[in-house]
Amino acid sequence: MPIPSKEEMYRALEERHGAELQKKLDIASVAVCGLGGLGSNIAIALARAGVGKLNIIDFDSVDISNLNRQQYFPDQLGKPKSDAMRDTLERIAPYCSITSYNVKLTEENIPVLLKDADIIVEAFDRADQKAMLVNCVLENLPEKYLVSGSGMAGIAPSNIITTKRITKRFYLCGDGVSDVENGMGLVSSRVLICAGHQAHAVIRIIAGEFDI
Amino acid sequence: MVKINGELLEKDGKTVTEMLSDMEISGQRVAVEINEEIVPKAKYDETILKDGDHVEVVRFVGGG
Repeated sequence: MPIPSKEEMYRALEERHGAELQKKLDIASVAVCGLGGLGSNIAIALARAGVGKLNIIDFDSVDISNLNRQQYFPDQLGKPKSDAMRDTLERIAPYCSITSYNVKLTEENIPVLLKDADIIVEAFDRADQKAMLVNCVLENLPEKYLVSGSGMAGIAPSNIITTKRITKRFYLCGDGVSDVENGMGLVSSRVLICAGHQAHAVIRIIAGEFDI
Repeated sequence: MVKINGELLEKDGKTVTEMLSDMEISGQRVAVEINEEIVPKAKYDETILKDGDHVEVVRFVGGG
């Protein structure tokens, strides 16, 4: 069956979200940094909601150890995550404008690669890299909104994962403490909860609802 | 008194580096904001906390 037209898909979103919110989502530009358990789920949620422009970035390739929580398929093993996620997003939201980079984000390239996004999502795995991205964005791109995730390993209760507004433009999701380095693995459901918090923070910012 | 993550503490006159060291936090995994402004990592040694400052120390943990 042929896929629906751009107008048909837009109308279906408009019916569910309302015309005003859909217009805001349609003109929004969001960068998702890291396409692991957090980023792959966040990117999919944003594409489904009808975010108009997505910039997805990861330097890694799909590994069998990712399949317990990341939105990839066994037939994508070995593929760069930025390519694999782009393929999936194009199936979900064929009219979304997607830019993908198979690169490692550094203090040097962050100001260049993220300059067009209204909202930047930190979805890295390693704590030092999370800190690097957050510091770099807050220092160099202070006009951007930033949504970061920290603390979602293991099987602690869902309800200790929260969204905090640290400063006006910086939101932090997670429980803040459940560290993967303490021997707790990452479990799909709990990573999804944190990813859901981050994606929802993005959608609320786009809607102009800044409270948490 | 300085408000650090919502808690009033006697850290006036200390640098950000000293505050982090008192809190036993590695500077590699944090972001520090004072009165809504990010403190660049290169300035941790020279940034001195003042009475009435609102400090947010965000500690990152691994996993994603």
